[in-house]
Amino acid sequence: MSTTPSTPYVANKPKDIPSPEALRARIPGWGADLDPKDRPSYPREVYDPAGTGAHWDYPEEQQSGREGRERSIEHGQLTPVFGTSAPLHGVSGRIRRYAYRYSEGRAAHWLILIGADRVDAWGAHLRSLVSLRPDNPVTETGVLAEGRLHGIASRLGKRRADVNHQWLDPVIVGGPWVVATAGAVLAARVVRRRARR
Amino acid sequence: MRAMVYRGPYKIRVEEKPMPRIEHPNDAIIRVTTAAICGSDLHLYHGMMPDTRIGHTFGHEFIGVVEEVGPSVQNLKRGDRVMVPFNVYCGSCYFCARGLYSNCHNVNPNATAVGGIYGYSHTTGGYDGGQAEFVRVPFADVGPAIIPDWMDSEDAVLLTDALATGYFGAQLGDIVEGDTVVVFGAGPVGLYAAKSAWLMGAGRVIVVDHLEYRLEKARTFAHAETFNFAAYDDIVVEMKRTTDWLGADVVIDAVGAEADGNFLQQVTGTKLKLQGGSPIALNWAIDAARKGGTVSVVGAYGPIFSAVKFGDALNKGLTLRMNQTPVKRQWPRLFSHIQNGFLKPNDIVTHRIPLEDIAEGYHLFSAKLDNCIKTLVIADPS
Repeated sequence: MSTTPSTPYVANKPKDIPSPEALRARIPGWGADLDPKDRPSYPREVYDPAGTGAHWDYPEEQQSGREGRERSIEHGQLTPVFGTSAPLHGVSGRIRRYAYRYSEGRAAHWLILIGADRVDAWGAHLRSLVSLRPDNPVTETGVLAEGRLHGIASRLGKRRADVNHQWLDPVIVGGPWVVATAGAVLAARVVRRRARR
Repeated sequence: MRAMVYRGPYKIRVEEKPMPRIEHPNDAIIRVTTAAICGSDLHLYHGMMPDTRIGHTFGHEFIGVVEEVGPSVQNLKRGDRVMVPFNVYCGSCYFCARGLYSNCHNVNPNATAVGGIYGYSHTTGGYDGGQAEFVRVPFADVGPAIIPDWMDSEDAVLLTDALATGYFGAQLGDIVEGDTVVVFGAGPVGLYAAKSAWLMGAGRVIVVDHLEYRLEKARTFAHAETFNFAAYDDIVVEMKRTTDWLGADVVIDAVGAEADGNFLQQVTGTKLKLQGGSPIALNWAIDAARKGGTVSVVGAYGPIFSAVKFGDALNKGLTLRMNQTPVKRQWPRLFSHIQNGFLKPNDIVTHRIPLEDIAEGYHLFSAKLDNCIKTLVIADPS
């Protein structure tokens, strides 16, 4: 005995869609934006330069931070306005400036920047050790929230798919510190041994 | 001033920073009253976004009070309560003139592929964000808007990104009456996208996630059918089964770079940073859509390559639509939907924390503790 074929094997649309009346009764606002041509992002491009609030054809150029400001080589010029959150500095700054020799289309650009991010972080951690406010991995990772906000109960028996990789997070945070400490201890032992000879 | 600062992957703290200053005649300085932690902030927090520098302040969802304006600002004055779209944009470049505010070409020297975003690394321009007591807002005559008297402050901060992005994601799906819409991700953007799909006439809305408490919210807040992908061997087959083997007319990826569901993709994408994110949800979206269907992507991905199944997208004749949200274009209609009672944005807020506790706030959100869906940061408790 043959059964009724499923939807894609015949021409008709699925039959289990509720009627508009039923949906309107159940869902507040159902169909308020029914007309695809009457939605805020239709059409995608609407030419209306007068409607943005801008009272310039080209904005006045920001002066602060302009000198030496890095930019993508896919830009024809430095943009008139830009952020000044964390100007290039130190070793990480030199690495970043090197990365900006490559276009956004090159993996080298992004991978070198990620490398510079790590150098920046390690440098900041080391500098903090000789500052009045050294980095505190306990407070800065917010891990104390585990105790106050039901860390175990939030995971146990919940069939969460992220539990299988969350154990890697402490390794990512603490791993470089463990390696650096081990390296420092090893170096100190070598120096001490040589000094005894 | 007090501000959240990045100290390296998984590490942030609050410290004293110099007050932001007027750097351009159309700048404003805003005293932040409420900010939010966005799912995409976690990509920065986890060290996935290239050119995220130590000392950078995150936060692209915020509202506040105008503290100071530059000499060319005409539309705002000191004391105005304003909501600020997450996009930094000039209003006059080739792209802004065409309504593509999120693709502005005049604000981000660091990259041409992405516009300017507050507190989102130097890859989006190097602007400090609003998880601080004060923030510099460029082009004050273009982006910010005065918060209407009738609007709840929490609704206002949610309009600066999450709600606008969910609504935009549903629009990108080109939903027509009776469509079956699948939303991957029951975070804030996914919940708002599911809710918005009904406004556009969807006949079925299905939300997929692995966090049961968020799926419960999808059922109550967004009236959606729900599937916990961790309960099935293959969620794509389940999506085919529930659509009578057709696939969904529209699928929305509201997860982005940190999707779960495949250990290898997770480790290479989010832990080792060898991809611009783990595109599990995007691949599921491509496979769960019907032939000729539309996949809308509003989950954020990094600029590096990701292992995406473009062959399936090609062979199925899919339409792939995506962008960062041009937030301000969405506001007039969303204001109306809120006033009409169709949307109640702050129903999804689960946690409100002081700025000083933001490190724990990030961990809470990242580790999905305490049934967290959306966390607001109260910079000014008064």
